[in-house]
This record gives sequence, structure tokens and C-alpha cells, in this order.
Amino acid sequence: MPETRMLLKNAEDPALRTLAGYKGYGGYATLEKAYRELEADEVLKELEESGLRGRGGAGFSMGKKASFLPRGDVDKYLCCNADESEPGAFKDRELMQRNPHQLIEGIAIASLAAGIGHAFIFIRGEYDSQADILDAAVAEAYEAGYLGKDILGTHRDLELVVHRGAGAYICGEETALLDALEGKRGNPRLKPPFPAVQGLYGGPTLINNVETLSNVPHIVRNGAEWFKGFGTEQSPGTKVVSISGGVRRPGNYEVELGIPTRELIYGLAGGPAEGREVKAFYPGGSSSPVLTADEGLDLPYSFEAMAEAGSMLGSGSIIVADDRVSIPHMALRTARFYHHESCGKCTPCREGTNWTVKMLERVVRGEATPMDLDIVASVQENIIGHCLCVLGDSMAMPVGAMVRKFRDEFEQVIVEAGGGQLEDEARISVVQATPETLRAAT
Amino acid sequence: MSPVDGPGIVNPNLPVDRAVSEGRVPDRTSEQIPELHEVDCPAELRERIEELMSRYPDRKSASIPALWAVQRLYGWCTPGGIRQAAAVMRVTPAYLESVASFYDLLHTDPVGTHKVAVCTNISCWMRGGDELLDAFRAAAGDDEDLFVTGFECLGACDIAPMASIDERYFGPLEAAEAQTAIEQLRAGAEVLPEKALEKRPLPGGPDA
Repeated sequence: MPETRMLLKNAEDPALRTLAGYKGYGGYATLEKAYRELEADEVLKELEESGLRGRGGAGFSMGKKASFLPRGDVDKYLCCNADESEPGAFKDRELMQRNPHQLIEGIAIASLAAGIGHAFIFIRGEYDSQADILDAAVAEAYEAGYLGKDILGTHRDLELVVHRGAGAYICGEETALLDALEGKRGNPRLKPPFPAVQGLYGGPTLINNVETLSNVPHIVRNGAEWFKGFGTEQSPGTKVVSISGGVRRPGNYEVELGIPTRELIYGLAGGPAEGREVKAFYPGGSSSPVLTADEGLDLPYSFEAMAEAGSMLGSGSIIVADDRVSIPHMALRTARFYHHESCGKCTPCREGTNWTVKMLERVVRGEATPMDLDIVASVQENIIGHCLCVLGDSMAMPVGAMVRKFRDEFEQVIVEAGGGQLEDEARISVVQATPETLRAAT
Repeated sequence: MSPVDGPGIVNPNLPVDRAVSEGRVPDRTSEQIPELHEVDCPAELRERIEELMSRYPDRKSASIPALWAVQRLYGWCTPGGIRQAAAVMRVTPAYLESVASFYDLLHTDPVGTHKVAVCTNISCWMRGGDELLDAFRAAAGDDEDLFVTGFECLGACDIAPMASIDERYFGPLEAAEAQTAIEQLRAGAEVLPEKALEKRPLPGGPDA
């Protein structure tokens, strides 16, 4: 099954980065039409009807989110979340690097729909060359009159600022992003109020991911019905899927949602190296509970199918672990990341990530007992749902799933690393995190 | 008598004396915003920060970009540079320090001219990220001009194992290429041109 390129169409052409190149492929025609001929409500309705779901991780309806913003003459803001920092995710980088004007056009049209006059692209500081590309594209768009004061003579204004972060995963969390954009340490805020009501500078704020906003021009150009012709009923459209880890051709592939996961991993990405097998994979970035090959390979790749399997589509980033990968070591690697990135504001996350790392280190050093695995599992349960944001949950879900699904391997690692023997009595199971409890808590 | 009344006073309820700080006595007056004439701010830095502030509805939004400007000028966020930025932005230096210390890319200690960040997160780790980091560390030795560090996911798992060298991405790298890259950095030459991310086509090839 080949790719279905909508967002990555013509992306091989380096000229696409320039305004002239983008216009050569029909770019900005939708912006012109929307600003000159359409009412804001019409655009908003089209976006709502398209069923476009947020591509940043949560999968919430983009049009619905935009419709939550109050109408009328208040200062409203749009923040494009380009702080892509989830391990395994690199699709926004590709979209910004290859087609920056598509994003700018999407931002301008979404701003029109929600009556927004000030927009920001919050890009992670590590993406320096992509930020340079965006800066150049924004300057071109201003020059051409697609941004700034009195766009195309329609008396509508839109200021767009590319704002570089400085290296913190937490800033991808929408309220932490707002704090960072206001010039503070990136700590998440208590919700509610949700950003649509009270966000940046206290004003109503629409926050969307790069890929979500890049879809907007296509939907407005071709209509919601056309868009719904791709993907599944509950997951319409295409998805740029980042596939990495133990596959032969890692990279970004744009496919219709609902494609068999096996087709993505084996067909497009070439499957694991010669003589290797898929052992498990993260279906939606490092925050998603891992699925074993048996559980996951034959599922359709969609928001609903992944949720049903006790995991999530998240940002659409598949990390494949082949049969050489030690799951306990992968769990430790995952936990270390979240420990490093925890902002420290909420105790369950700050201490939970810290202790999970310590306990998993004991596991791989062979100093743990199987009961420690129960404690690891119970720590994960006590993080989920107990913090201002989901950073802690993002560790608890995958680590909890790994301990649950690969318990034998954890026990084996303890035995081998410790050089000891496990007594049967030591295999006491105190707490078992189950997909039900994990889902119920989130 | 309270145990904190002075040095050497023993609290019978504690096994050891309560520690008595020899440190700084808090100033009664809170920290002031430095005046521009006190900080000797280079004109280019002042103009840059003023331009940054003008982009936002609230000037404080410019704090991360202003710290980037300080870091570009001085190599790291020096206390002096932070004071200069604080004077221009009309915030306290402590405020900017609190921001700088939160973010991984803003350095509050001296670092080398060339920065190498090697990703050691999941996908890179599976493909030899740890070995690559070791190779870069070995190649750089104790050269203070080179700042080599392991880093969390840089968002380029497609070119794993990879490194960000002076803010540009390179991969997939063999451990042996670390030596080449370091030599090129020292010689001021273009680093691993064939491994630059920008050169990489889409994995699925051109449009069907």
C-alpha cells in the first residue's frame, strides 16, 4: 500500500520552501479565497465538519476546540505548538522544514475562523535550522501581504511571530507552552480554565499542533466531505507517521488513518533487520503504552483502534523494538527521559519519575526482587491522574505496560544481572496495573 | 532559647547542633532592576533585545529570546550578560536567571565554542547512541573549546544515531565519524556534509 501524500505532497521539491515555489503548486489560493470570499463562521463550520482531530497527541477535534473561543472583539491568540519533543516524533520537523508556507497558510486561515489577531509558532530551540526556514517564510508572507496589517485589503490583521524555545519537553504541554511564551519557566497551569477561555496573557487562546494546522488549507480548499473520504469515520484524513528504531527504512510516511499497522512497519518502513522480529512497539511516541507484536501488528492504525487496545495513537510516532532490545533497559531509558524532563511542580511526577528510575536501575543491576516490580507498577498507578499535566502519566503508562506485559523478562534480568536464583515465594504479586485501570485514570 | 539564636547553641532535642549558616545574610532591600548605565550593555545587544520586546504584547515574553541573544554574544548566559539583558528588559537579573536555569539549551556555566549534543534517547540508543557519545567524548578529549554532551530526544529518530553539532543535525553516524567531525570542527571546515539532515530525501521517495 503506497503513501497517501497530502501534507507531504511535492515535499521533495526544495523550491516548495519559498513563497514562489509554494504558490506554483497552488499555495495561498485558499487563504485568498477565505479572506476575500468566506465568512469566519463558514470556515469554522467546515473545520468542525471535517472531523479533523488534533495531531499533537490528545486527538481532540480541532474545529470544536476553535469553536470554544468566545466571539466578539477581545484579544485572542493562536499558538502553534511546534515544540515537538516526544521521543520518537519528528513529523513536525519534516513539515516545517519542507513546507513552511503550508503551516503559515493554515495558521492564517484558522486565525480568520476564530477571529484571532495575534499568532505565535512556538518551536523547540533545538530545531534551529527549521526555525530559520520559518523565519524566512514568515518574512516572505509579510512581504506578500498574507500576514500583517490589512491582509489583502480585507481590513483583517494578523501578526505572526516565530518564538524559539530553549530546550524543555514540558513546553509541549499546552499550558507550560503558554508560560514559556510569556517569558517564564515552563510550568504547567491548573486546568480549568482551559486555554480557549483563559490562555496567553489571560486571553482566549487556540493551541494546535503543526500537523493539525497544516491540514487546514486542504480542508478549506476541498471541503469537509472530501477530507472525510480519507481515513476512517472517527479518524478522518491522513497522518504523517514517524517510524524509527528497529526498522530498515526509518522516516516519515504519510498514510490514510486506519491503514494496517503491519503495513506501516513492514511495508513502508521495511520491517526489522534481516533475521530479526518485531518484539514490541510504541504506537504513538514514548508516552504510549507499548504493544507486543501479537497485540498490535494487525490493528488498524487509527485513534480508536489504538485506544481500544489500551494504548494510543498520540503524536503518531512508532518506535519499533526488535527481538534484540531488552525491555527492562528500554523502560529505564524511557523513565530517565521523563525524570529529566519533569518540571518538578507536582510531587507525584517529580518523585515518581525519580523513584521509578532508581528502582529500574536496581532491576538492571540485579539488586531488585520481583516485589520491587510490583512497587514499580504501583508507583505508576499513583502518578496517573494526580498531577497538573500528563508528563508523569506519560512515563507511567509505557513503563506500567512494559512491567505488566514483559514481567518474565524483568524477572529474568534481575536473576541474570544478580547472578542469583529467585525463590517461587518471592513471586508475590501485590499490585497489577491493568489496561482498565490505566484507561480509567486518564 | 531557640537553637537558631546563635552559633554553638546546643539543642538538647537534636543529636547534633543545628547548622548555623555562615552564608549571605539576606538583604533587607529586595533586588533592584539594574539601570542601563550601570551595566555597560553593548549597543547591539540592547538594540536586539529592544527589537525582540517589540514583537510581543508583553515585553517579558522576550526573556527566552533575550537570553539566546546573550548566549550568542558571550557564548553562555554570563551573570554580566544577564544583568545587561535585565536592565534593558526592566526585570530583575534573578528573574532571568530563573528562566535561564530552567532550560537545557541556555547555559549558566561556561561551555566551549563548539557544541555537540548526542541523542541518547530510545531510538538512538537502539542504534548505538551511547557508543556514539563515548566516541565524541574520546575524540574531544579535554579540549575546553568543545562541549560534548548527551541529550534527550532531538526529534530526528529517522537519522539515528544522530548528533546536533553547532545546532545542525547530522546522522546516521558511525562511531568512527565522531573523530572526523571533531577534526573538521577544529580545522574550521564544513562538518560531515554528506550526513547533514537537509540532504536527506523522504524515505518513501518522490510522489507516486
